Amino acid sequence: MTPLRLTHFTATSCLGRGLTATLQALLQARSGLSRCHFETVELPTYIGEVAGLDAIQLPPKLQRFDCRNNRLAQIALMQDGFDAAVRSAAERFGPSRVGVYLGTTTSGILTTELAYRHLDENSGALPEDFDYAGTHNSFSVADFTSRQFELAGPAVAVCTACSSSAKVFAAAQRMIAADQIDAAIVGGVDSLCLTTLYGFHSLQLTSTEPCRPFDLQRDGLSIGEAAAFALLERGPAQDNAAAVWLLGTGESSDAYHMSSPHPDGAGALSAMRAALNAAAVAPEDVDYINLHGTGTPSNDSAESRAVTTLFGRATPCSSTKGATGHTLGAAGALEAVICALALQSGLMPGGLNWRERDPQLEVNYLSANRRGPLRRVLTNSFGFGGANCALLLGRAA
Amino acid sequence: MNTLAGCIQAIGLVGPGFTDWSAARAVLSGEVPYVPARTVLAPPAVLPPAERRRAGRVIKIALAVGAEAAAQGAADVRTLPTVFTSSGGDGDNCHEICVTLASGDRQISPTRFHNSVHNAAAGYWSIAYGCTEGSTSLCAGDASFGAGLLEALAQLACGAAAVLLLAYDADYPPPLHAKRPIPDAFGTALLLTRAEETAALARLQIRLSDAAAATMQNPELESLRALIPAARSLPLLQRVAQRRGGTVVLDYLGDVRLAVELQP
Repeated sequence: MTPLRLTHFTATSCLGRGLTATLQALLQARSGLSRCHFETVELPTYIGEVAGLDAIQLPPKLQRFDCRNNRLAQIALMQDGFDAAVRSAAERFGPSRVGVYLGTTTSGILTTELAYRHLDENSGALPEDFDYAGTHNSFSVADFTSRQFELAGPAVAVCTACSSSAKVFAAAQRMIAADQIDAAIVGGVDSLCLTTLYGFHSLQLTSTEPCRPFDLQRDGLSIGEAAAFALLERGPAQDNAAAVWLLGTGESSDAYHMSSPHPDGAGALSAMRAALNAAAVAPEDVDYINLHGTGTPSNDSAESRAVTTLFGRATPCSSTKGATGHTLGAAGALEAVICALALQSGLMPGGLNWRERDPQLEVNYLSANRRGPLRRVLTNSFGFGGANCALLLGRAA
Repeated sequence: MNTLAGCIQAIGLVGPGFTDWSAARAVLSGEVPYVPARTVLAPPAVLPPAERRRAGRVIKIALAVGAEAAAQGAADVRTLPTVFTSSGGDGDNCHEICVTLASGDRQISPTRFHNSVHNAAAGYWSIAYGCTEGSTSLCAGDASFGAGLLEALAQLACGAAAVLLLAYDADYPPPLHAKRPIPDAFGTALLLTRAEETAALARLQIRLSDAAAATMQNPELESLRALIPAARSLPLLQRVAQRRGGTVVLDYLGDVRLAVELQP
């Protein structure tokens, strides 16, 4: 594929709002996870919560989109100069030539969960002010984002569970390659809700402590929330050295089980291989891998097998979910932004909460930050239903 | 702007009064009158018994229309990339989860939880057919059919030899139904190949447009088109059924529509 430039990018997660706060937390090896006190949830687990969402106001003309998920999107869209970059792209290319491709799993379903506590006693009806399309529907955040910038190009939510906002890069790339658009807002937004907290608990996949990806004693994930965005455009062949490029994307399906990965990581392997092939890059030319690394016993062992099969045991890799939690539909985009920061700052973030090596996991797992020049990094995202996606990012395409 | 193009090789369809594409084709071409009836959804034979029992309406309709199009087009489903698109996913399952979470006992069932993901139908499809190709699951609200068509044709433009597009919606139970009044389940699947192939049914090209969208003359079919996002495909499917060329404009995102140029 022809490389595309991430001309602007930004993220908000439990690590903080914006790129500076995110990079600082990574440099300091600080986790944003805390004991779960979300809403009325009573579960023995840790979460990565974004503080201050209750105080966020959406623009007056977009009030019908008001929900936790779109408030989180609003924060991220307005920081790090991202909104100005989008407006400039819309001016340069025209509003119909800028697409919106966003990943989410639960959208604003928290609003629906709370509304079900207030059904009309006689009729069973939802409260009058409940707005289905503005909050509940998966498209809400993409619609909200498109309207925020008065865009008139294609807009869609990609909803492939925890690979959603990695796959948006692939979908947008295809539309740019097919010359249907010149630029795309890609990203992911997912926010805390009862469905995912109680749902992952029901599958016995949540840890009772801050998640410990790739650790011998890992026993589950910590759920987080995040909004992460990038602006994808074609770029000039010669560019400044700090520019970050999308070099390759790879997608596959496990065809194995709805909520467990293929034990050998067969689907993960073919997604990573496809991303390298798309970029014509050899495995030894990848300097760092940001793992999906959820901290569940099955994910990490399957992913480790897939990585060692393709890369051997030397390529440095880590999961940043010990810092951010698993932000589900936002994880792909959040980790793409972390990889972009890694490329620019020469930081391979060490995986947090790691204590003891699991002899079954043979990858070169970084348990502490490492510095060094990075040219190409890979990030993995795998979702329920066996939906896999790997992205290859790099400098100076 | 380059247009996106492809060939329709086969169609699957299930909806109110329509048991399959051949029944729909006969109605849409005017050979037989439309007789409205509640959509009948069979348990997907391709799933193992436990999954078959638990399959909700959206999984049933997605697998039914996909299987019909793939069989009609004699496609090798194990190597066929898929684009699933739906405005809402499994409404019954979502309702049950919300009821449980609003109750005193919030323990939701693990099966309900993993079936709550928007890509559940895609997951079951890939497992049932052993398809390890890439698959995406999209939602663009009322614009979901158009979003799926754009994605499928973009995949062809980027080198895929064939893509199966599955667009489907099912009705919500109360109380969500009052807020999202989809009247019944409707789904259609298009087996698409690259434009330079020989088209079994029609060759199509699409571009964004601000022209007025086509409507259905029959008021009952127009009501399906207006109320079920996947049924926004009906004016296109009617042209294919009538083996008629020309341009048909489909509703997509608000004022942004899709102009589809068809060549039988």
